[in-house]
Amino acid sequence: MTDTTLETRTHGLFRFATAGSVDDGKSTLVGRLLHDSKAILADQLDAITRASEARGFGGGGQIDFALLTDGLRAEREQGITIDVAYRYFSTDRRNFVLADCPGHVQYTRNMVTGSTTADAVVVLVDVRNGVLEQTRRHLAVVQLLRVPHVIVAVNKVDLTGYDEAAFRAVEADAIALAGELGLPEVTVIPVSALAGDNVVEPSANTPWYDGPALLELLETLAVVDEAEDALAPFRFPVQTVIRPQGALAPGLDPEDFRDYRALAGQVSSGSVRVGDAVTVLPGGAVTTVVGIDTANGPLEQAFAPQSVALRLADEIDATRGTVIAAAADAPASAQDLTASLFWLDPRPLTPGQRVLVKYGTATVQAIVTELQGRRDLDTLALEPADSLAINDIGQARLRLASPLALVPYAEHRRNGAFVVIHPQDGATLAAGTVL
Amino acid sequence: MTISEIADLRAPSAVSGQDAPAAGPSREALDVLENEAIHIIREVVAEFDRPVMLFSGGKDSVVMLHLAAKAFWPARIPFPVLHVDTGHNFPEVLEFRDETVARLGLALEVASVQDYIDDGRLAERSDGTRNPLQTVPLLDAIQGGKHDAVFGGGRRDEDKARAKERIISLRDEFGQWDPRNQRPELWNLYNGRHTPGQHVRAFPISNWTELDVWRYIERENIALPPLYYAHEREVYRRDGMWRAVGPVSEPRADEVVEKRLVRYRTVGDMSCTGAVESDAVDVASVVREVAASTLTERGATRADDRISEAGMEDRKKDGYF
Repeated sequence: MTDTTLETRTHGLFRFATAGSVDDGKSTLVGRLLHDSKAILADQLDAITRASEARGFGGGGQIDFALLTDGLRAEREQGITIDVAYRYFSTDRRNFVLADCPGHVQYTRNMVTGSTTADAVVVLVDVRNGVLEQTRRHLAVVQLLRVPHVIVAVNKVDLTGYDEAAFRAVEADAIALAGELGLPEVTVIPVSALAGDNVVEPSANTPWYDGPALLELLETLAVVDEAEDALAPFRFPVQTVIRPQGALAPGLDPEDFRDYRALAGQVSSGSVRVGDAVTVLPGGAVTTVVGIDTANGPLEQAFAPQSVALRLADEIDATRGTVIAAAADAPASAQDLTASLFWLDPRPLTPGQRVLVKYGTATVQAIVTELQGRRDLDTLALEPADSLAINDIGQARLRLASPLALVPYAEHRRNGAFVVIHPQDGATLAAGTVL
Repeated sequence: MTISEIADLRAPSAVSGQDAPAAGPSREALDVLENEAIHIIREVVAEFDRPVMLFSGGKDSVVMLHLAAKAFWPARIPFPVLHVDTGHNFPEVLEFRDETVARLGLALEVASVQDYIDDGRLAERSDGTRNPLQTVPLLDAIQGGKHDAVFGGGRRDEDKARAKERIISLRDEFGQWDPRNQRPELWNLYNGRHTPGQHVRAFPISNWTELDVWRYIERENIALPPLYYAHEREVYRRDGMWRAVGPVSEPRADEVVEKRLVRYRTVGDMSCTGAVESDAVDVASVVREVAASTLTERGATRADDRISEAGMEDRKKDGYF
């Protein structure tokens, strides 16, 4: 075993997604990122080197990095990526979770899946093709889902001889597009995934670029959800009620837990202290937090995203699906919901359809009362439509069977998100964001 | 402050690597992963009628069970555990399994591959490995126990087929995984709706890496079967790994048996799990060793995953863990 003194402490987690059109070299970029950050271990490298040779790739030890990310037999056989794959690597600064989203088949479905939890999205563009139709669509999804950071990696700059003008033209288009779509910020980086330029290390081949390499940027971007969590008022969707009577964990004294009742959940935004006044929604009963429990002992204060159990002063009907909120800043409960819908099912949405809405820990029946339109993904304008097909993004009104404490997605990503479920077969029909 | 203003901020915690704001929450990866896993476990218990947790005594399932105990404290873990016993398990691991189950006051269901072989429902494979044989007893136990949700300790970093797995993953009435037709997984809103006969597999530690698991074991002081730590054992070299001498792993005539200081990175079936040479006698030295390792745990120690490029995918499609 090596006697190197390695840094083994843990640090923060950063989630990002990668997206690109066919042949933009996304798998190569992902492979390069993993390889150059030493996340590919020797046995994996051996396996893909052998497979690369068997497939007649390159030669001279060149590696087809796509073999690393295309995990399914059908993907390797067809040379395409079918589904989002998750990759893990770490540097001295951060642990990364990478959601690798295929670009061509069902791109909206994959982009949505990969982007809902992402702190950043890396969109690939081939410097020779520039900003394409699909780039525009990728960025539109990113904007609607409010992914905090957008990075456009302009790939294959080696193939234009590291020509600055070629890069600057694409950069200007990307920045203009981001402005049109209303994206808060975009960083454009010239890279060659194949040659490794500006992926992990700044490249000597692009002296005209003085920005960070891709990995350096990923290491230093702020986790915006954290800032949003801290600024948002306290919200706590109740997952389940813990009442251990008769089924206490071994070793605990039943006398200490005779009337114990606590609400288990994960703080989804803000924080709460013992003694704080809280409102139980829907219903609006007000009470006080008298205890915040964890298996490691009680807390004085809990923050998002901690999983804890809350004890309240009064016996209030709070069960799964209710939300505990700061009494001073509780959201209104409503039975009518206006939302953006990202339609993900092959069966189209039609007005009048009955669905289930899962919002936080609540699942309620709903009817789509009105389809207000479908977004033109080139302009993001809402246009009249009779139905939504798979990969369409639209706006609709829904009538809920019982009221929910609705928070706009624009205020907080997790608090304002829901999924639409088929009431019979349980399929996930759509991702929804509260307007 | 607007979102674009927030987006412009360079988080001080990111730049320095770890200093969380003094009054704020911990954003250490291990805390984020623990909170996420507890959330998933509670979601499944709240939404399903008869969950069960796979528990082999292996490190990932030990960590998962530890998280379950935390999720429901001070209540007992509100579901039984299930072990698919190949009949070739390490005796130390079975002993550890039984002690752990007793300590936590849980019911243990055992699906025995040996029973299936004894009465002819399954036939021993010519290569002697029993890992692929676990699928049928597992599916029978799920059906027999009427379990609608099965927690597994699978991690996406283990294998490239697992990298495509959802946290809550639907299985049809034959236990099959259809990787080409998975539900999109959105935010932290898990859709576990299913029709009669279907069940879900739930993977609370999907986003953990091997190193995260070890760091967590160190931080939480979690007990493991002793063979995860360096010990002297009679071994012989086969397929590039050290195999223990035992009733189901006899050396061939040309294989030399020697005494070596070894430990196990995974503890599966004795017939296909190898040891690695190691002097890591405690958890801190294992963490250092894993951080420096140049081989994946499956590549280093699992013969069954070397069967083909798609070994894990094929087994998972049939209903494997």
